[in-house]
Amino acid sequence: MKNKYSIFSLIKNAFSYHENWEKAWKDPEPKKEYDAIIVGGGGHGLATAYYLAKKHNLKNIAVVEKGWIGGGNTGRNTTIIRSNYLWDASAGLYDHALKIWEGLSQELNYNVMFSQRGVMNLAHNLQDVRDLKRRTHANRLNGIDAVYLNTEEVKKFCPIINTSQDIRYPVLGGTLQKRAGTARHDAVAWGYARGADEMGVDIIQNCEVKGIKRNGDTVEGIETTKGFIKTKKIGVVAAGHSSVIANMAGLKLPLESKPLQALVSEPVKPIIDTVVMSNAVHAYVSQSDKGELVIGAGTDDYISYSQKGSHDIVEGTLNAILELYPIFSRMRMLRQWGGIVDICPDASPIISKTSIKGLYFNCGWGTGGFKATPGSGDLFAHTIANDEPHKLNAAFNLNRFVSGDLVDEHGAAAVAH
Amino acid sequence: MFLINCPFCGEREQSEFKAGGEAYLERPKQPTELSDDEWAEFLFMRKNIKGVQFERWNHAHGCRKWFNIARDTSNDQIKAVYKMGEKPPVK
Repeated sequence: MKNKYSIFSLIKNAFSYHENWEKAWKDPEPKKEYDAIIVGGGGHGLATAYYLAKKHNLKNIAVVEKGWIGGGNTGRNTTIIRSNYLWDASAGLYDHALKIWEGLSQELNYNVMFSQRGVMNLAHNLQDVRDLKRRTHANRLNGIDAVYLNTEEVKKFCPIINTSQDIRYPVLGGTLQKRAGTARHDAVAWGYARGADEMGVDIIQNCEVKGIKRNGDTVEGIETTKGFIKTKKIGVVAAGHSSVIANMAGLKLPLESKPLQALVSEPVKPIIDTVVMSNAVHAYVSQSDKGELVIGAGTDDYISYSQKGSHDIVEGTLNAILELYPIFSRMRMLRQWGGIVDICPDASPIISKTSIKGLYFNCGWGTGGFKATPGSGDLFAHTIANDEPHKLNAAFNLNRFVSGDLVDEHGAAAVAH
Repeated sequence: MFLINCPFCGEREQSEFKAGGEAYLERPKQPTELSDDEWAEFLFMRKNIKGVQFERWNHAHGCRKWFNIARDTSNDQIKAVYKMGEKPPVK
């Protein structure tokens, strides 16, 4: 049993200069065999292991990670959490996650700094207005909080937005989801890792998967840089590298991996207390607790694993940011980076069994997976444990690309993918 | 960000070009004969290679012609540029 984090443990550890905190998770060498192995130690993978141990009574579980936990896209995203998706299947999936977020810090005894500061999506043309109003109605029918705001209400909610009608893409209105917001991305990975470790999950870092061993149509284990590990169930949560793992098993996935960029500014005093996203001009911005503006750019249109995006993508985003927020014109950008995102043709994720028994994939989250981390882990754990999807992720199966029953969130969701 | 040597115009910035995705996806000759699985394979399933990939590009803000590139997707290095219909000069 781990020591509970509390004000008392903080005071107690202050007396020893914070040098005697117990390790949040161990760093074990892999055993010979596990009941289930999760490939990928990001937020989704660690959450999957956590819920497998907690809700499905599997104890002999390993998470293998080629780098360090939370060192991939978990640490690269812009931490936005919302559930205002158009289609019923997506609304169910993302709102399931949002409901878990609301109690996650308490559940994990780890402060994930979930902040329901609201997410506002802007409309810049008449079609945007129609689409956003339609989405607001769809959200409310699905029990998701959503309101439509006119230009004056947008200005009132976020006064630094330039609502002049003379700009190239004037703000005609927007939607607001008040339950939406942000969380501390690293803390999510660390909190789930600590929780999973406490229940006996082995978190194995610096362990890259090199091959998947099959006997006919059944998996037997994984080849890794730390040797062969036997298992009957493999859950792959490898984000941009999902296709690489799939190719090892002789599978093809409907994914394309592309660079997605983000950037942060120098830290400044609080200036924007919400998250504002704009689909049409592709600019979204929030402010971190450190004071940095967190800005998300778009994806490049070519396949790449290089973790470097093109300069013109950043330039385009900053053009839009400057027109919408003239107050930022003299801000200096501190860091810029790229992560590789796996994009599905319908811009919806895959949480699914495959044609190979014991091999499961949780991928295709594309540009917006962070928000779903707790729900994704919960539903993927259910799918692995029962060899059947939960009703909330049944629509997100691999077979939809054969049947044609796609969950088309391209452009229909709150931001362009 | 990288430079692409258009076979018709010469070296230009990548932002002038439009990526056309994986090359050599052959359009089905008998569309009516195809099963749903075969359609899914043609329409959606991709190799998404990490390594040298053959792909189509279009010089959208230039000559607007299509051509092929062999590019290492792990570091964006272009191994070869060649015209449509020509055999790939690498691998």
